[in-house]
Amino acid sequence: MSDKHTIKVKVNGITYERDVESRLLLGDFLRENLNLTGTHFGCEHGVCGACTVLLNGQSIRSCLMFAVQADGREITTVEGLGDPEHMHPLQQSFWDNHGLQCGFCTPGMLMTAFDLVRNYALETDEDIRLGLSGNICRCTGYQNIVTAVREALKVLREKPMA
Amino acid sequence: MKPPAFKYIAARTVEEALGVLGSEGERAKILAGGQSLTPMLNFRLAHPEILVDINRIRELEFIAEGDGDLAIGCLTRHRTIETSNSIRTQCPILSAAAEQVAHLAIRTRGTFGGSLAHADPAAEFPVIALLLDATMNIRGPKGTRSLPAKEFFVSLFSTALQPDELLVEVRIPQWPAGRGWGFRELSRRPGDFAIAIVAAVVTMERGKFKEVRISMGGVGSTALRASKAEQLLKGQPPDDGALQAAGQAASEAADPPHDIHGSAEFRRNAVEVLTRRALKDAIERASTS
Repeated sequence: MSDKHTIKVKVNGITYERDVESRLLLGDFLRENLNLTGTHFGCEHGVCGACTVLLNGQSIRSCLMFAVQADGREITTVEGLGDPEHMHPLQQSFWDNHGLQCGFCTPGMLMTAFDLVRNYALETDEDIRLGLSGNICRCTGYQNIVTAVREALKVLREKPMA
Repeated sequence: MKPPAFKYIAARTVEEALGVLGSEGERAKILAGGQSLTPMLNFRLAHPEILVDINRIRELEFIAEGDGDLAIGCLTRHRTIETSNSIRTQCPILSAAAEQVAHLAIRTRGTFGGSLAHADPAAEFPVIALLLDATMNIRGPKGTRSLPAKEFFVSLFSTALQPDELLVEVRIPQWPAGRGWGFRELSRRPGDFAIAIVAAVVTMERGKFKEVRISMGGVGSTALRASKAEQLLKGQPPDDGALQAAGQAASEAADPPHDIHGSAEFRRNAVEVLTRRALKDAIERASTS
C-alpha cells in the first residue's frame, strides 16, 4: 500500500534526486537520506519547533511535511546557514551571547530567527519573544536566546545580507 | 511516531482531486497545509489509505474581490492572510485572528480552507466565518454548491462536506463603513489552542448599537454565535450594564468542555469577561455614521 516516488529537491543549494516512500517525513529525509543531522525531531507534531527548516525561504515544520511534497522545491537547513569557519551573524551571536546549552533546540531557533529577521519588524524584545514562541527550549530559560537575536539584528541592520 | 503507509497522489487540477475523492470516497483524504492532518498521522490517530495533495493547484490560492465580497481561495496560507494589506483594510478582524493562529512555521503552510474544513472548535477562523456569515463554496462531482457558515460547521471536527467534496472558496460579505471589531483570545501561551475566543463586530448609530455580532470559540462542539447577547444589545446604548448583560448572555450560551486547560466553569467566566472586552474594543474602533 505504501508507494515510492522519485523526487528532486534542492537542499542548501545542492540538488538531490532520491526515491522515497510517500510517508517519509521531510525531517527524516534530511537526517537519514542526506545525513544533514542538524535538523532535530522533538515532538513530531509541530509544537516544539526543533525541526524547523526553510521552504523557499520561509520557516516550516519538517515533521509536518512529507519529503515527496518537497519535489522541485528548495530547502534550507541550519547547515546551509553557515559553517564553523563562516558563521551567519545569527550563529555568531548565539555563540557570543551564550544562546545555547545542549544545542537541541538551537537549529530550530536559528531557522525561525532567520525567517523573522528577514520578514518581520522586530522592534522590541517582546516582538522577538512572540516570534520565537513556537520554539521550545528546556535549558536556557530563553533570555540569552532573545539577547542573541537582538544583538544579531544590530549586526544585520548595519550589514544586510542577501 | 512515524506515519502509517499511504498512497500519495499530487493532484494538478481540482478535477483530478475530485476524481480521486469520487472513486475512493472515505479511503482518501485531502492534504492541504497538513498542519492538522500530519500530526494525526504521526500519532497514528488517522489512517487514510490515500492522500490527495492539492498544494500544486495554484488557482486555489487567491485573495480577490467578487461583487464587493472578499473571496479567499481555500489554499490561501494563514501567513498570507496575516500579512495581506488588502485583508487588513477590507476585513481587519481576519488579520487579527490570523496573527493568533499557532506559530509562524505553522502559518507558512496551514491553509484557510483547511482550518475551516478541519473545524476544530478551538480554532480562530471558524469563529470569524460564523461571525461574518461567510459563504462556503464547495465543489463536488455534481458541480458547485454554497453553504452559509452556520450550516457548514456541524460538530466536533465535523462539517457538512461530503467525502467526495472540496471546499474551494470562502466569501465574506463586504465590511460596512464605520464597523468596529474586537478579537479576544485566552490561551496559556501565545499560539496555543484557545481556552476561549470571543469575536465581536458592531456598528453604532446615534450612540446606540445598530449591528451587533458576537461569536465564540473553544466553548462548544463548534464555534457559536451568541445570538441572545446580540439581541440584548440592539438599539441599546453601550453602557456598562448592557455590556455586563451581554457578557452574561454569551456565557450562558456557551457549552464549554472540561479539560486540563480549564474547567467548564472557568471557560464560562472567560467568555463573560472576553465578551465585555471584545465589545469595548469594537465600540472604540467603530465610528458613528
